[in-house]
Amino acid sequence: MLLIHCPYCQEERPELEFRNTGEAHIARPADIANISDEAFEVFFFLRDNPKGLTYERWRHIHGCGRFFNAVRDTVSDKFVTTYKAGLPKVAVVRADDGSVRVSDRVEGAGL
Amino acid sequence: MADIAHAHRSEPLSGRVAGAAGVTVTPAPAAGRVALRVNPSEAGQLSSILGLALPLSPKTSVTTETGRMALWLGPDEWLLIDASVDAGPHLTSALCEAGVLVSAVDVSHRNTAILVEGAGAQATLESGCPQNLSLTAFPVGACSRTVLGKIEVVILRTGAEAFRVECWRSFSDYAFTFLADAAGDALA
Ligand SMILES: [Zn+2]
Repeated sequence: MLLIHCPYCQEERPELEFRNTGEAHIARPADIANISDEAFEVFFFLRDNPKGLTYERWRHIHGCGRFFNAVRDTVSDKFVTTYKAGLPKVAVVRADDGSVRVSDRVEGAGL
Repeated sequence: MADIAHAHRSEPLSGRVAGAAGVTVTPAPAAGRVALRVNPSEAGQLSSILGLALPLSPKTSVTTETGRMALWLGPDEWLLIDASVDAGPHLTSALCEAGVLVSAVDVSHRNTAILVEGAGAQATLESGCPQNLSLTAFPVGACSRTVLGKIEVVILRTGAEAFRVECWRSFSDYAFTFLADAAGDALA
């Protein structure tokens, strides 16, 4: 069984307590009533679904109940890192041997 | 004059007993319960009303000498359990007048609890709970919302060999049967 680190419980907990809740860092348009249908489609329906590293929201639904963000490799199913909801995207780097770790550099802001 | 019909509140597991070598599984006495949500930065302002300081660390609980417990469930969420069956309405009305934004819901009869005790208590829970329940990871006083078999429960370790399992009333038959079955294998 996978162990997932919950940033609110501050420890690794069994995956049975968690639920994946889709792609992370999707910004809701501020003027959602006025955007075009195409822009709404991109915001509402279209997701990246990459092979490899992905940023996801997870929820510790059978634990503390909190939503948080996670970086996961969809090929190996390994979690690179998890961090609290609302924090900026955590940058990660893949080393030559294929392993992935958190980069010292913090990317962008807000989202 | 006509007799007045009184609703009789019965405990869902009343009369059930189970156990095996080294484990007893018994329904806990009826209790008052409140689901409490409040910003953790304001939790301290409720101490005098509650008669205890809400625990702020994950997986911890506080128990008073009067039999009131506060269990940390999330960063802004606690489960209050009081030995008095009537505590729920008193607590919710007092909390709502605290001058702090709170959500306090009387869930006294939503939940029921099962006590699992004895040398095989930990092994009994481990048969259906994926968490590390060893004494180092889950010491006396530790509590957590988690999973037992197919249902969600709140587990509180009340002693080295004693646990309280809080579950929803409608799931209590499943929980009790599961634990009774698991008890038979615990020290086998
Ligand atoms: Zn958590």
